[in-house]
Amino acid sequence: MADTKAKEEELNFTKEQFSLTMIPGKFARFLRNCVIFQFIRFIIINVKMIIVVQKSH
Amino acid sequence: MARLIVLGGGVSGHTTATFAKKWLGNDHEVVVVTPNANWNWIPSNIWVGVGQMKKEDVVFPLAPVYAKAGIDYRQALAVSIHPDGKDGSDKPYVTIKYTGQGKEGESEEVEYDYIVNATGPKLNFDATPGLGDGNGQMGPHTVSVCTADHAAHAHSELMNIFEKAKSGDRQKILVGTGHGMCTCQGAAFEYIFNIEHEAKKAGVRDNIDIKWISNESFLGDFGMGGLHMKVGGYVVSSKLFAESLYSERNVPWIIGAHVNKVEEGKVHYELLDGTMGEEEFDFAMLIPPFSGVGLKAYDKAGEDITSKVFNPAGFMKVDGDYNPKPYEEWKAADWPRTYQNPDYSNMFAAGIAFAPPHIISKPMKSVNGTPINPTPPRTGMPSGIIGKAVAHSVVDLIKHGDNAKLHEASMAEMGAACVASAGKGIFDGQAAAMTVYPVVPDFEKYPGTGRDTDYTFGEIGLAGHWIKHILHHLFIYKAKLKPGWTLIPE
Ligand SMILES: Cc1cc2nc3c(=O)[nH]c(=O)nc-3n(C[C@H](O)[C@H](O)[C@H](O)COP(=O)(O)OP(=O)(O)OC[C@H]3O[C@@H](n4cnc5c(N)ncnc54)[C@H](O)[C@@H]3O)c2cc1C
Repeated sequence: MADTKAKEEELNFTKEQFSLTMIPGKFARFLRNCVIFQFIRFIIINVKMIIVVQKSH
Repeated sequence: MARLIVLGGGVSGHTTATFAKKWLGNDHEVVVVTPNANWNWIPSNIWVGVGQMKKEDVVFPLAPVYAKAGIDYRQALAVSIHPDGKDGSDKPYVTIKYTGQGKEGESEEVEYDYIVNATGPKLNFDATPGLGDGNGQMGPHTVSVCTADHAAHAHSELMNIFEKAKSGDRQKILVGTGHGMCTCQGAAFEYIFNIEHEAKKAGVRDNIDIKWISNESFLGDFGMGGLHMKVGGYVVSSKLFAESLYSERNVPWIIGAHVNKVEEGKVHYELLDGTMGEEEFDFAMLIPPFSGVGLKAYDKAGEDITSKVFNPAGFMKVDGDYNPKPYEEWKAADWPRTYQNPDYSNMFAAGIAFAPPHIISKPMKSVNGTPINPTPPRTGMPSGIIGKAVAHSVVDLIKHGDNAKLHEASMAEMGAACVASAGKGIFDGQAAAMTVYPVVPDFEKYPGTGRDTDYTFGEIGLAGHWIKHILHHLFIYKAKLKPGWTLIPE
């Protein structure tokens, strides 16, 4: 029997509607919940949002 | 002493009234006419709808806040505006009907020098047969998260579904828009991903099918014609961004759909290609279309001038360019700047209550001729900014006379920040944090995408959750007029 190398995130590509989309892999999903990385993003997103708010007033 | 009446104590009206009162002081009067006893931080209704917050967490009573601010609060519905006064008096006035304060059902005429219409949307459930109850309220087949009470009801219905799924009974959830002309896709988008997250947490996801249905011609349109944003060094369409979110979470979609009938456990819809379809559900949250709240206007002789003051959907005409023109000729300059009514210079509209010149998304019709396209969103940040600009203008008119320069806040020169959570946890779940600048694309200034991609971005992660938590507390703090409230931007 051939080895199966299933990757969780790739299983949804088997559904026709999802097959032409992009689905994040393990690393991207890890970063989304990595507290240190997210803390840095938190600062960056806040700065960007504050600029947008300032430009809008 | 001049009197400003603000109709509506929601996001926009509350901003207008509180700033106007702060700037005018006790020399002039600010009156708020609004039927609600509570202020509601509407974005957090999503968390009420999945049981992560209680109704009490997202509302607070208006009366003590207005008492502290020196604002005259009338808990009432505005019924009609009489901008020319009446026989024997040139003084403009508004008729109101009390909904609280021990005067329920009583009518009153309140004179004004300036009026701001910030009455937001009417949740027009009855536009789709079966979505409403025929009396203007939500019908029995679906739920909504548009008000805190609706959201609390949605949560209890959702828990029944989770219980059934737990006991092995496969369940079907449908979330999206309940008509071809809906706006507010963002709220439904956030709700579906919160449901998905909670279903996983409760261990019932494998026994629940979750599906999206909306009037967008592509996923990620959001009523803004979509947006292009910088992600991972690329400039990509929100279509890719949104499709990825749905695919990752195994949530299939039906788009370009006009839901034309709702029955117990079933919606009927028409697609842009003209085909008709049906979708069954055990639980459905469908956003209703929005219209104006149905204010009437009368001239001095008592003649109905509603169509002069309001557009056919009931939104107040302001300084936008309402001349019908084809999509190819739409310009950023069509959008209003001062929100002053063209016929009555002492009348303004703010937030959802103003009439947009046209939609933002590309207009679409099914092959049968049914319009199926999102109407333009006027989200919290634009509603607040417009409310504040209008307050500024009215204050200047009162203090400096009729020639005072009006303040401007065009949606084609203003951004919006949105955070769509998927869960509420500090360490679990993910949110999509997005900004768009400007809300209305300006293809003359930004050829290509219509927007400034340095300030139009989206990303997914925990950081968005933290921001949503902070916004929840910050905006409730601000709306309660706690110390330093004016420093918190809209
Ligand atoms: C579930 C949900 C989630 C959302 N999430 C977000 C988000 O995350 N970010 C974001 O930016 N925006 C979000 N929005 C949109 C945001 O809530 C609106 O843009 C905003 O509330 C509009 O402000 P408004 O003042 O125009 O209307 P509202 O806030 O609706 O206020 C209108 C007020 O007028 C009152 N009124 C109605 N009829 C009358 C009458 N006849 N006389 C007097 N008063 C009247 C109403 O009671 C209400 O108090 C969301 C909306 C929903 C429904």
